[in-house]
Amino acid sequence: MSKTTKNKRSFSTRVGGLFFVLPSIITVIIFVYGLILWSVNVSLTNQNSGGKKAIEYVGLKNYTDLIKDERFTHSLSNLVKFTIVFILGALVTGFIMALLLEKGIKGEGFFRSFYLYPMAISFIAMGTVFNWLLNSARDEEAGGLNLALQKIGLGFLQNDWYVSEKGAMYAMALPAIWQMSGYVLALFLAGFRGIPDDLREAARVDGASESQIYRHVLFPQLTPTLLTILIILGHISMKAFDLIIGINGKSYVTQVVAVYMWESTFDARDYAKGTSIAIVLLIMIAIVVVPYLRYNNKQQAYR
Amino acid sequence: MSKDLVDLITTKHDVRNKKRKLNGKERFWLIFRYVSLAFIWFLVVMPIYVMVINSLKGVKNVYLTNAFKLPEKLDFSAWSVAWSGTDYFPQSISESMGRTLFFVIQSSIISAVIGSINGYVFAKWKFKGSNFIFTLFLFGMFIPYQAIMIPLVRIATTLDLNKSIYVLVLAHVIYGIPICTLIFRNYYEAIPNELIEAGRVDKASMVRIYRSLILPLSVPAFVVVLIWQFTSAWNDFLFAIFLTGGSPKLSVATTALNFITGSSNQVYYGVNMTASLIVSLPTLIVYIFLGRYFLRGLLSGSLKG
Repeated sequence: MSKTTKNKRSFSTRVGGLFFVLPSIITVIIFVYGLILWSVNVSLTNQNSGGKKAIEYVGLKNYTDLIKDERFTHSLSNLVKFTIVFILGALVTGFIMALLLEKGIKGEGFFRSFYLYPMAISFIAMGTVFNWLLNSARDEEAGGLNLALQKIGLGFLQNDWYVSEKGAMYAMALPAIWQMSGYVLALFLAGFRGIPDDLREAARVDGASESQIYRHVLFPQLTPTLLTILIILGHISMKAFDLIIGINGKSYVTQVVAVYMWESTFDARDYAKGTSIAIVLLIMIAIVVVPYLRYNNKQQAYR
Repeated sequence: MSKDLVDLITTKHDVRNKKRKLNGKERFWLIFRYVSLAFIWFLVVMPIYVMVINSLKGVKNVYLTNAFKLPEKLDFSAWSVAWSGTDYFPQSISESMGRTLFFVIQSSIISAVIGSINGYVFAKWKFKGSNFIFTLFLFGMFIPYQAIMIPLVRIATTLDLNKSIYVLVLAHVIYGIPICTLIFRNYYEAIPNELIEAGRVDKASMVRIYRSLILPLSVPAFVVVLIWQFTSAWNDFLFAIFLTGGSPKLSVATTALNFITGSSNQVYYGVNMTASLIVSLPTLIVYIFLGRYFLRGLLSGSLKG
């Protein structure tokens, strides 16, 4: 092949491709990165109310105000509580589901399809149901989950759910676990089934018991899957918004960072505060996601 | 290219499923597994069950204390109230549903076309820095949209876009670019390079290879992306509430539902349940018929698909 055609090919490879994705690249740069910078910019100003006044830069004042803002620290601590219970709950539930299914069982497809359907439904729609079922009325007046608990003899577990003072966020994690366990199941199931059968067989031939096979052969293989799940659940949890709104609106007891951002922006028209909350949220998520993306990028390079 | 995750999940793992007589211990574990699976099944189905049965009890006879009880007689009045509204229940869900369907279909189709082109380039016509740019795209998939929302609302207001439902088409197309590109790229990565090379030797241009070779193979990926964009735009609340400002004229399924159930209409539980069920039906139906494709989209979001 002559030198010119070779050059021509590499030229079209380099530039031709770029030409077609350029509109998307520009869009992403403007609407993701550009608008993030714009948000940062707003968060450094005094745009603390809807009224028109001269825009002045106030440095990091909005951020330092946040630290002193009881409502913000409250929503942050709510988010931490919610995240811990939600991640642990979804992880354990999804893992148990995967363990029950991974060897294959008659009717697996039936169970799997049902376990995964919650993810196709909006948090807002599900929130309506959970808002109702997790009602705080007890004993004679009880309905929903409190009534169900009485009926199966676990009446002592009745509680105030999402209106309780201390446990509201833990109660809020229940519907989240309900909705997201299927995701964990799917990832773990894929993890289990990606392990070559030979590994199991070899361990079995070596005389390992079933529980030993799980503990020493299979579980270690699932570490990358576990990492993926933690990151996915972590960033979903930190973004929690419609799930909370769907169940309990903007109520103070269950307010998380994303909801407080909405309230500050919409109701108080405090755009500087709204953007600074959003940027804090972005940083929290970036700390979790960026290393994962870099790791993923390296993996891709070896593929 | 290894098997994709959905194939892994759905392949029958039959190491221990061979037909043979089970001993006592094995039988115990099998029964234990079925009992546990059934128990979880009940928990998973429960909210939908509650929605369905309480939507059939009429407008007035729905109380929390009988939430789990089947209706004594079937009464569909809650359906008509939720669907078209009445004097004491002024919000109708039908209008918002129609509006949602209108914008969701458009945004899904546009997203799929853009995703396909991008995915093709990122998979088969890599240029210098393309992997880095792709990673930049991916980050856009994980950001909390609150971080861009206030400027976005300002742009929409300045351009007067927030008076029309097209603002949501735009938002979902723009912020759908990363995931759609990712799904198509992963799909095209699996197409052997030799196929493309053969095209190149024939001096076929990039565009021709795409049209005659890649596009005909892309149907499954299009289904995945269309379903994914459909579901996520249908269920979206964040963009809708910020960009349409909760204006009733632009309410979509989720914002209308949130208005209904969050307002003083709390008493009409039957109607609330019915409205939630109606709003859930389109995505549920898609899931029932095309669950495999939905799952594929979902798992792509973990970057492992």
